[in-house]
Amino acid sequence: MSQSNTSAVDYNMNVVRQFTVMTVIWGFVGTLIGVIIAAQLIWPALNFETPWLTYSRLRPLHTNAVIFAFGTSALFATSYYVVQRTCKVALFGGKLVSFTFWGWQAIIVLAIITLPMGYTSSKEYAELEWPIDILIAVVWVSYAIVFFGTLVKRTTSHIYVANWFFGGFILTVAVLHIGNSMVIPVSMFKSYSIYSGAIDAMMQWWYGHNAVGFLLTAGFLGMMYYFVPKQAERPVYSYRLSIVHFWALVSLYIWAGPHHLHYTALPDWAQSVGMVMSIVLFLPSWGGMINGIMTLSGAWHKLRHDPILRFLIVSLSFYGMSTFEGPMMAIKSVNALSHYTDWTIGHVHSGALGWVAMVSIGAMYHLIPILFNQGRMYSIRLINIHFWMHTTGIVLYIVAMWISGVMQGLMWRAVNADGTLTYSFVESLTASYPFYFIRFIGGVLVVAGFGLMIFNMIKTIYAQDGSLKKVEMA
Amino acid sequence: MSSFWSIWVSVLSLGTLVGCFFLLRMCLKNFAGVPEGESMGHTFDGIEELNNPLPKWWSTFFLVTIIWGFGYLLLYPGLGNWQGLLGWQSSNQGILNLEESKAKTAEYLKEGSNVLVQYDREVHAADLKYGPIFEAYAARSIPDLAADKEALKVGQRLFLQNCSQCHGSDAGGTTGFPNLTDKDWLYGGSPEAIKATLIHGRKAQGMMAWETALGGEKGVKEVAAYVMSLSGREVDPELAAAGKPQFQMCAACHGPEGKGSLAMGIPLGAPNLTDDIWLYGGSKRAIEASIANGRAGVMPAWDAILGEEKIHVISAYVYSLSQD
Repeated sequence: MSQSNTSAVDYNMNVVRQFTVMTVIWGFVGTLIGVIIAAQLIWPALNFETPWLTYSRLRPLHTNAVIFAFGTSALFATSYYVVQRTCKVALFGGKLVSFTFWGWQAIIVLAIITLPMGYTSSKEYAELEWPIDILIAVVWVSYAIVFFGTLVKRTTSHIYVANWFFGGFILTVAVLHIGNSMVIPVSMFKSYSIYSGAIDAMMQWWYGHNAVGFLLTAGFLGMMYYFVPKQAERPVYSYRLSIVHFWALVSLYIWAGPHHLHYTALPDWAQSVGMVMSIVLFLPSWGGMINGIMTLSGAWHKLRHDPILRFLIVSLSFYGMSTFEGPMMAIKSVNALSHYTDWTIGHVHSGALGWVAMVSIGAMYHLIPILFNQGRMYSIRLINIHFWMHTTGIVLYIVAMWISGVMQGLMWRAVNADGTLTYSFVESLTASYPFYFIRFIGGVLVVAGFGLMIFNMIKTIYAQDGSLKKVEMA
Repeated sequence: MSSFWSIWVSVLSLGTLVGCFFLLRMCLKNFAGVPEGESMGHTFDGIEELNNPLPKWWSTFFLVTIIWGFGYLLLYPGLGNWQGLLGWQSSNQGILNLEESKAKTAEYLKEGSNVLVQYDREVHAADLKYGPIFEAYAARSIPDLAADKEALKVGQRLFLQNCSQCHGSDAGGTTGFPNLTDKDWLYGGSPEAIKATLIHGRKAQGMMAWETALGGEKGVKEVAAYVMSLSGREVDPELAAAGKPQFQMCAACHGPEGKGSLAMGIPLGAPNLTDDIWLYGGSKRAIEASIANGRAGVMPAWDAILGEEKIHVISAYVYSLSQD
């Protein structure tokens, strides 16, 4: 693995450094807010009767912080790094590049201010009001110009698979964001969607599910395709598998949104198409996992010594689990049990904490020493401790949510001999408390892990240049 | 949907699946120009790619899901206006109002109809199974049911699922939602009155906002003091005395002595002001707010949702709560 810029190309690593540092910080902040709202579900008094500390306002802040602050900063950092290194050319766009960094951070700060104040469009994962939406569109188009501009002026003959995924994600997110955020403003901080009724719901979940499909899946697969072979120092398992799973994934994912609206006012035909495409999507999703994990063939022993590789490979296992679980939950009769329960929350977090966060953390631990002229992170042992805290945290989290989710689904449908429901809603809530507590403990472990990561990062950044020597692992 | 959009969406959906099929077929063959298992020959920042074949179990399974997808879309409605061979629907499609829905339900439930509406069938099956139980309860009087422990359990469950959201699990009510366990009734506590409330709902005539009519804040404070004195609370006697003549305006609904509209035999929903039970809060501030800004409570009509027989059992449960 080369140290920084030894090649002839003068790469723009400044923006990668900026996004990398912010990724780690937002990871801590986003999960911390998550733990606060998890605690509020057990101890409601923790909102201190303060409007801006209520669950309803902090929950969208949590989702925005982890998806758009943590996850998207990680994608910016890695896509800018990968596209330069695999195209052997510096980023295109001049000042536009640093505009994407400062613009994106400004959006996050605006989110942190406006969401607790109660300004919301009430569309899930798209809560930010219209002036911020416009800023997002501007920054995103700039991002597309930088990324695709760099691809155009590449000096390599082919485009590496990681860049297909980054490109697909950047393009689709632009379309999704602009399509779903079409509103008529009534004032500076209030607007109404131009869509109504079931159409609005369908637009929302076309956006919502593809935020998962393109931002949280395709984008992070791009990350995976560079950092897994790089960290394992092995070739990618199958070029042909990457072709079939890329094209099948992007063409099927865009249809899957209606599975969020099973048994609602959405017409049956849309529900059925959504369900069919979600299930056919299962194998293309697994194509990425197979390609990532099989890349390790012949190098499995490295897992024993390298906690960074462990982060990357375990992230692929969680990816495989979530992308199996998702199609199952998209089946109408399974959804009839799982919908509106904590099972969905468990599913999302197995994807978000297991796949998205672990692959990002692995990539960041790989990147930080390279970006700051070191051979390795300050402490490999701390990475290992972080790995175990994070993994234990996720397992506690998702197992608790699986149990409480299935329990809620079963309690809500249980009927007595006279046809009345056996349990009232409050009874199912009371029964969920122990699992809420386990989830809270899991969340605390994840946040503490991010705390260690920040410490490790600061120590690496402030260590004397080149003083941390790479350790050769067998 | 018009036939244009029906064809449009069908072509796109089937095209996606057909596209996946040909994509898979293409990648099953070695088109890469290098032997299988060898490197593709290009490196990216040191990363090579191997030309390994697709795992057989993976490509077979993928093919199976594609074929299954075609099968599902043949059997179930999923391609525009295509109804599917099984005639299944989750609910009546394309209806615009309750009347249309009822007409379609009746049509599809008729024997010989090959349309299986899942919602209607399940509701119909439940009605057949549980209907007789509630029919039997409906044939008995409410006071009779109120003495039947089994019937009360059924009533309580229905209450917990449908009523507790506003009136509380213990029926004790909360601000704006009446306590059903005391003897203070807005529209009457007889079995018939309770049942009528549940079936048709209640819409309070609405206490208007009095601040302007009372000449501003001072008038509001005076009337509030007088109202509080009605339930024997300690108030500034001067203020209360000033409020007394103005209370004549309130008497139209609350009665000359403030005992509420029910005491006059008129179910207007104007509460008794002398019993120290306060629907919208009994603090000085809450009472002043009620007078200044007005109040209007609504109880929804449950007839169309639960049907008279179930309401009969809930009525018995609610009636039992305030019996000693």
